[in-house]
Amino acid sequence: MKIHEYQAKEIFSRYKIPVTNEVVCYTVAEAVDAAEKLGLPVVIKAQVLAGGRGKAGGVKLARTKEDVPELAGKILGMDIKGYTVEKVLVAQGVKFSSEYYVGLTIDRNSKSVIFMASSEGGVEIEEVAKDNPDAIHKFVIDPDLGLTPFLARKIAFALFTDFNLVKQGADLFQKLYRIFMDTDSSLVEINPLVITEDGKLLALDGKMNFDDNALFRQSAIEALNEPTEDELKELDAQEKGLTYIRLDGSIGCMVNGAGLAMATLDLIKYYGGEPANFLDIGGSSNPQKVIDAMNLILSDKNVKVVMINIFGGITRCDDVARGLVIALEKIKVEVPIVVRLSGTNSKEGLEILKQANLPIVETMSQAAQKAIELCNQN
Amino acid sequence: MSILVNQNTKLLVQGITGRDGSFHAGKMKAYGTNVVAGVSPGKGGSAVDGIPVFNTVEEAVKATGANTTIIFVPAHLAADAILEASEAGIELVIAISEGVPTLDMVKVMPYLTKKGTKLIGPNCPGLISPGEALVGILPGNIFLKGNVGLMSRSGTLTYEMVYQLTSNGIGQSTCVGIGGDPVAGLYYLELLQMFQDDPSTEAIVLIGEIGGDAEERAAQFIQDHVTKPVVAFIAGQSAPPGKRMGHAGAIISSGSGTAEEKIKAFERVGVKVAKIPSEIPELIKQVLK
Repeated sequence: MKIHEYQAKEIFSRYKIPVTNEVVCYTVAEAVDAAEKLGLPVVIKAQVLAGGRGKAGGVKLARTKEDVPELAGKILGMDIKGYTVEKVLVAQGVKFSSEYYVGLTIDRNSKSVIFMASSEGGVEIEEVAKDNPDAIHKFVIDPDLGLTPFLARKIAFALFTDFNLVKQGADLFQKLYRIFMDTDSSLVEINPLVITEDGKLLALDGKMNFDDNALFRQSAIEALNEPTEDELKELDAQEKGLTYIRLDGSIGCMVNGAGLAMATLDLIKYYGGEPANFLDIGGSSNPQKVIDAMNLILSDKNVKVVMINIFGGITRCDDVARGLVIALEKIKVEVPIVVRLSGTNSKEGLEILKQANLPIVETMSQAAQKAIELCNQN
Repeated sequence: MSILVNQNTKLLVQGITGRDGSFHAGKMKAYGTNVVAGVSPGKGGSAVDGIPVFNTVEEAVKATGANTTIIFVPAHLAADAILEASEAGIELVIAISEGVPTLDMVKVMPYLTKKGTKLIGPNCPGLISPGEALVGILPGNIFLKGNVGLMSRSGTLTYEMVYQLTSNGIGQSTCVGIGGDPVAGLYYLELLQMFQDDPSTEAIVLIGEIGGDAEERAAQFIQDHVTKPVVAFIAGQSAPPGKRMGHAGAIISSGSGTAEEKIKAFERVGVKVAKIPSEIPELIKQVLK
């Protein structure tokens, strides 16, 4: 789960990490009021849950009184990577010298929380990682010890020479680590962290992502969730025990297991087709799940054929076959269907499908090829 | 021979009175696994499918000599169940539970290292040494005893691969589902070493997925330490960017994580990569010639 910059900075503030004076605004009038209160210049920043806001024109500096309504008006309603900007952050303009990057995340290799710090702040950190990976310092944090004062100082010494900044930095980094642990984050970033004219560290931007598996114990964080329309559809599917991601093609897919579902999409592409979705129906074989899955696939009007690929392990093929027969009685399916069933109880499953006159193929390669052929005929 | 589980496995089932725990305890027993005990706090003294149930792991180990455990408890209790098993001296822990908070696993890891406990999972289907022991939720009937070792981040894709191997008469020494969580136990490197050292394994199949850099590291390890032939498959070649690949993972591994890069990394060290799953048996036949 992701949250907006202003929400991340509210959390930073609660832990006494200095952030810019700022106001969230939903209208141009609010932005004008905010600028008056904060004093010019102000920076107007689109609040959307996507990266690359600056490049998309969603972050602008307003120097004059006239700039504010003009720029706020431009940014509000703007589309950034499929997200409509519904609110902007109006932040006091700050004079600063240097820009740094600091962030915390989970490192799969050391199986620990890792602190990342770089003097090349203010640009996209993925770019730095690609072009100049040595510019990012990485520090593994022992979960039993936490971010100790000496390690926090070591990180700060990697960025600053002035000891006053080292002290401020070490203190700020420990706070950032506490935030990460307290909120079950998967990512916490300040980019850029700047030095103001009076020699103080200040978080100019903030970013936080959270571990979805831990939301059950983070109700305050969960309350900040703003799912998009596509995400709502995905969430709805999740509640029904399905994992659904919409894609652009016309071959609808129903598969059990994420790995097999990915491999199925790969196979369709390999033979020259375009999948309409990723859909993992998971482990159980409740007929209702098959019905829900079918409805979900068919809600996409681009779908010209449905390919079902089930490998029965825990899922029993005869249960899926029964579910499919019931589903087809309940919903009118106007597109052709290709079914491939293997594994546990596949003989029984195939017999049920045969009696219901459903087209069956033996391997997933054949299923993909057949689906593409039917798709091209329609 | 095989790796990790065999005829000497004495299995404990944590969460044996739950729906999944009781179902799979029965399945594993029916396969021939030596299931010696179950644990369910408050239900000690009862039995499931003839398997005695204890209140604590310590009691179960004392009474039965269990050396391996499989965990089916709900996700928010999983980290504690892993610690309890480790503290009681269990050597190998298989955590099936799905949805365990990442920081719970981060906090558990140092203790396991200290105690020398091996962990597989969480969020994994378990493992099987065909004909010897099944410790997991894998469908035992599709496996065939043989000399190919297999490791995978995915469940049903593993079954698909095994099915193709078995229907081509190619048997397996041990198949391990390592799970797809960001912080997990034994991974490619440890398992590659175990298969390399196992006399009954003659070839290795590695099934990877997009995201992270574990496959790239495996490729490097194969070049440095593995003399047995390895065949690979990477799922997610057509996956849309950003959907499953984490921002953080991308930073740490300096922008790697795509299927293309992983395939390149394997091919660079002489590992044959199947373009589609059905190529795997053919590639294995080639390398075993």
